[in-house]
Amino acid sequence: MPHDRALPAAPSGRGLKDSLRRPAVVLSLLALAVLVVAVAFMTVGVKGNWEFALAFRGRKLLAICVVASAIAISTVIFQTIAGNRILTPSIMGFDALYALLQTCFVFFLGSARLASVDTRLLFVVETAAMLAFSLVLYRWLFLGARRGLQVLLLVGVVFGLLFRGTMVLLQRIIDPNEFVVLQDRLFASFNGVAPDLLGIATLVIVAVSVVLWRLRGRLDVLLLGRDQAINLGIDYRRTVSLILILVSLQVCVATALVGPLNGFEPVSFFGLLVANVAYLLVPGFRHAHVLAGAALIGILLLAGGQLVLEQLLGFGSAVGIVTEFIGGILFIVMLLRGMAR
Amino acid sequence: MATRRFGSPDGWAAGGLAAGLLALLALASVSLFVGVADLTPGRLLDPATREAALVALLESRLPRTAALMLAGSCLAIAGVIMQMLTRNRFVEPTTAGTTEAAGLGMLVMLLFFPGSPVVVKSLVAAGFACAGTALFLRLLRAIPPGSPLLVPLTGIMFGGIIGSLTAYIAHHYGLIQSLGAWRNGDFSVVIAGRYELLWLTLALSVPAYLAADRFTIAGLGRDMSRNLGLDHGRTLIVGLVIVSLISALVVTTVGSIPFLGLVVPNLVSLAMGDNLRRSLPWMALCGAGLVLACDIAGRLIVAPYEIPAGTVFGVLGSLVFLYLLLGRPSRAA
Repeated sequence: MPHDRALPAAPSGRGLKDSLRRPAVVLSLLALAVLVVAVAFMTVGVKGNWEFALAFRGRKLLAICVVASAIAISTVIFQTIAGNRILTPSIMGFDALYALLQTCFVFFLGSARLASVDTRLLFVVETAAMLAFSLVLYRWLFLGARRGLQVLLLVGVVFGLLFRGTMVLLQRIIDPNEFVVLQDRLFASFNGVAPDLLGIATLVIVAVSVVLWRLRGRLDVLLLGRDQAINLGIDYRRTVSLILILVSLQVCVATALVGPLNGFEPVSFFGLLVANVAYLLVPGFRHAHVLAGAALIGILLLAGGQLVLEQLLGFGSAVGIVTEFIGGILFIVMLLRGMAR
Repeated sequence: MATRRFGSPDGWAAGGLAAGLLALLALASVSLFVGVADLTPGRLLDPATREAALVALLESRLPRTAALMLAGSCLAIAGVIMQMLTRNRFVEPTTAGTTEAAGLGMLVMLLFFPGSPVVVKSLVAAGFACAGTALFLRLLRAIPPGSPLLVPLTGIMFGGIIGSLTAYIAHHYGLIQSLGAWRNGDFSVVIAGRYELLWLTLALSVPAYLAADRFTIAGLGRDMSRNLGLDHGRTLIVGLVIVSLISALVVTTVGSIPFLGLVVPNLVSLAMGDNLRRSLPWMALCGAGLVLACDIAGRLIVAPYEIPAGTVFGVLGSLVFLYLLLGRPSRAA
């Protein structure tokens, strides 16, 4: 496995280096870092009413935790099924699909009628619609005729461009006032999350994560590849279908909660970045460790990034652009190093 | 032998081209008489309404139709030149970061030198486009040989990175709206006096046509073309400059039309092979025709409003791209 040799350089002697080879040590260090960031996130720069600030920031932090871990976990598992470290749900056109569906809602229902619908009902409908679309797409891509990885990647990207093109087309046809309403929904925002939606989303994502956690043994086997997995007695079609449903559900709920992480482009590289940092830092390849590590790293990046860039350095909403930039460069480097073959 | 593999005599080819040109002219005259202002051939002939109709024709419809044909044909040419130079069928200005780099250049000019004339803005944008494309070509060297699909994939992502940087800056300064204008080729802004720079692309098509044989040979690869006595490096630079100038001119005057340079050359070369000298006129013709058709459709779908031609083509082009990828897997990889 490539990540065995890519351990981070430890500043001191063999003792630290050796202990960094143990997943438990790495995971506890990450958990500690998350804890520190969380405390800082809740307290740094609070002025005036503490009760309000804590409640507001608590909701924001919970939303970040839920979204970051959902994207991290789903990306790692998606990559296990895809058998490589470069495909992610977002690269397969997921975020663009979400934006297109949002546009369709506003287009066919109108923002006035949309505002009168119960937000929880809307949330369920959004998630269900995305789930249906993504399942058709992914099942066709993964379980249909077998194609090369490069074709899959490019098809996913072009699907993203197609979704985005159709979205822009519809946006041109709708009323300009509706367009303003729509634009708010197409950028990820952790500030305006409705409390009751946050509750539902947290429940769903925790439940799905528990199910995925119980599947971790089978995921380890799937990592060996399709033929090996079948040889070892896995009902490949059924297992992959089930896992795809769970992964789609997780991404759908996370995206429906806050919107696409990168509102500027049809693709977000956040998942790719988090998953690959996890492969790099967490030793071994057991899903039990990698999944936990990825979730922690995701939270660390998103919450820590917001803390540093927005609270301490005062750079507006720059977190998204920084992670996307680094993630995009990582993607190109991975392409060039032949990881997509 | 290979260049004439369909065995059609020159007369035939010329006849076909003439027929295509007639069809294009028919489409262009449709474009002249479609729109909100009431402009019909009858009103042009009637002395009572002639004056108003003539103004609409000269100030708006004629420039628009000309801009459509110019942008369509030169983007197709830019696309095929890039495909020859990179030896990859899926490369064109929007899948190589060229268009996005031009957009970034435009934004920089808008932020720092908002008062400068359009020509200067276009030239700076062309410089950015040139730098972006050169960087992309540099990246290509790192791509392992024998993986043709990685090239457009890298290009799209490279463009995406530049694009989101541009979008972030634009978002920060409240310029998202102007950005939208460059991203979706929109010909409704074209009136007399605001599009004339596009005629320069016609001037650029001439050296492209003259150098067509060189590009065809460069398409055989560096070693082969050197063997045949071609200065490969210089051909590359000439092509790069032509492509960057065309992209920048189109982006700054009407906005980008994604995938046009990919769809047209692929469909044309499916029908007539890769001899550029022979197929280039057809590519220009088909590019102009497709953009005209998309613009007319965009004017009719939501009349009296409009959908930009670039947006219509964005959907159409990505569908054809998917067909090229999935419909004929033997050719794709």
